[in-house]
Amino acid sequence: MSLHDRSGLGPNLDVEDLVVIRPDQLNDLIARLGDLGYETKGPTIGDGAIVPGAVRGTSDLPVGARDAQSPGRYRLEYSDDGHLFEWAVGARSWKAEFFAPRERQWRAVIVDGTLRFTEPTKSARPLAIIGARPCEVAAISVLDEVLMNGACPDTGYDARREGLFVVVAECTAPGGTCFCASMGSGPSAGPGFDLALLELDDADGHRFVVRVGTARGAEVMAGVSSTSATDADVAARAQALDRSINRMHRHLQTEGLAALLARSMESPRWDQIAERCLSCGNCTLVCPTCFCSDFRDTTDVSGAVERTRTWSSCFDLDHSYLHGGPVRASTSSRYRQWMSHKLSTWWDQFDTSGCVGCGRCITWCPVGIDITEEAAAIRGDDEAARAVHVEEEAR
Amino acid sequence: MTPVVHRVVGRRRETDDVVTIQLEPVSGTRLEFRPGQFNMLSAFGIGEAAISLSGAPRDPGPLRHTVRDVGPVSHALCQSDVGDLVGVRGPFGSDWRIGDRSEDGRDRDTVVVAGGIGLAPLRGAVQELVAASRENGGRVFVLVGARDPSQIIFNEDLQAWADDGAYVDLTVDRASAQWSGRVGLVTTLLGRAPFDPARTRALICGPEIMMRFTARALVDMGVDQRAILVSLERNMECGLGWCGHCQLGPFLLCRDGPVVAYAGVVSDLLAERER
Repeated sequence: MSLHDRSGLGPNLDVEDLVVIRPDQLNDLIARLGDLGYETKGPTIGDGAIVPGAVRGTSDLPVGARDAQSPGRYRLEYSDDGHLFEWAVGARSWKAEFFAPRERQWRAVIVDGTLRFTEPTKSARPLAIIGARPCEVAAISVLDEVLMNGACPDTGYDARREGLFVVVAECTAPGGTCFCASMGSGPSAGPGFDLALLELDDADGHRFVVRVGTARGAEVMAGVSSTSATDADVAARAQALDRSINRMHRHLQTEGLAALLARSMESPRWDQIAERCLSCGNCTLVCPTCFCSDFRDTTDVSGAVERTRTWSSCFDLDHSYLHGGPVRASTSSRYRQWMSHKLSTWWDQFDTSGCVGCGRCITWCPVGIDITEEAAAIRGDDEAARAVHVEEEAR
Repeated sequence: MTPVVHRVVGRRRETDDVVTIQLEPVSGTRLEFRPGQFNMLSAFGIGEAAISLSGAPRDPGPLRHTVRDVGPVSHALCQSDVGDLVGVRGPFGSDWRIGDRSEDGRDRDTVVVAGGIGLAPLRGAVQELVAASRENGGRVFVLVGARDPSQIIFNEDLQAWADDGAYVDLTVDRASAQWSGRVGLVTTLLGRAPFDPARTRALICGPEIMMRFTARALVDMGVDQRAILVSLERNMECGLGWCGHCQLGPFLLCRDGPVVAYAGVVSDLLAERER
């Protein structure tokens, strides 16, 4: 079956159409994506957390799982209700699929007195993600700006990103550290998905309202039996999303935030954060948009040379190494770099926020540093300082 | 990301820890560049480092890179012999924009201020400017500061530029027994040089604190902030804007720099610690 085969079981669908499927039909959708040649991946349960993995049917998804998240804490709990998407996000984001944690760039061997290079071949099989979160789809768009849409695209990223099919699971159960509503990246899905699911389980039963995002999504859905969404389904979907926003207790005030941080480089708050920050780099590891990497050359006994790119972190001391020592030696300067990059200079560099509000950096910080709390504190200090300034001017 | 293999065809020691290597591609033609840009040079098996081009586009022949021995990669590059292979990726980054004319189209004075090995990325620009001044009459002022007389690089070039009509002045932080020249910071040379601040552009490269004080002194003398260019450095690893190491505030310096105007945010960045 090709992607352009329109002979299916379902109706002809258009972008923005809403249909309803039952869990069995979600199973069919996953199978259909596999039949169409996609490698199907999605959230799975592993190591006591929700992690990306192979998904060949709904039973591979986190059936009945709930995640309890708070600063520095993450626990999975289980229910027997069979719900598939009643959790927020796990530690591992989807960035590793496109931007590998460790990747060889080239290998060189000496042939006839010069070096001959080989580059790794790129995988050709397109990926379908079933159950990415809206914030994660937003994060992929952010990474696209960094690694794909610039003057020098990263061909490895490009090759894996090419042909990606996204089934997003809109959020009905935001976690304790989520703040996507502040960042405009959730709980309903923005651009960048092919199909969006919203899970409902009420008097009308366990079902998914499917929103069609692209023509490709419509073609895939046409091969899966579905029913048109009723007014009750549409209302229940809207209610679920509203409830989701209301249940999100963390907020980040983004108005004027980039400029605020740009003028707060000498704020005393950075030193206060550094008293708690371990500069462990967990926040950068779990962040779905952090893209810093190291390039290292190694040799083996045959004389071959390899260059490998690995994820790195602006919390590493040698990240800012410059002839003889690091530029950012103090923890406060490194936290300042990370946070002001996310929320301020990312705009200068890529014309977008570097933060999508997934809350991972809060949950997985071993000491529970909360980016929303720190931004609010810096804003408070700034407002107080400006009030004093205005008062002085008035005298 | 794959380097182009070059062969070392010339090597010259400039100071006790600075070497200029000349590179020719093993096959193909020499890459095109503009003064102020840099290449990523690979010492195979050791690693890669960002090294500015110290040659001039107008000079035919091999690529020139002037390297100070400060770490494993630069050490290997400094140790390389004629015949050795070096990888080249580039050129990357912004340049000194020496072709830019002043707003009124008149020929300008160009003040080039270098601290130590900071003269390396400026050398190509000075070569071009001195050659152009014969045709367009724009005056060139080359002001060089070094820790001590043994750290002054390109002595023969400095003499040649002076012979070709450039104003050349030197100062050192610490004199030696043989030194009969000036002693003091490079900023002390600014007041002596007879350039016209109102129609001057400045190209500065050296330690950050030197660039900061030089730029401030030039602004105080009446030079337009926007006409002052500085060459900034952070840990360039990829040259492509992927790796994030060369961030300095809003800049990815491999992409947006290394040469940037001193005006605006740059003056703050140079004044703030650990940026």
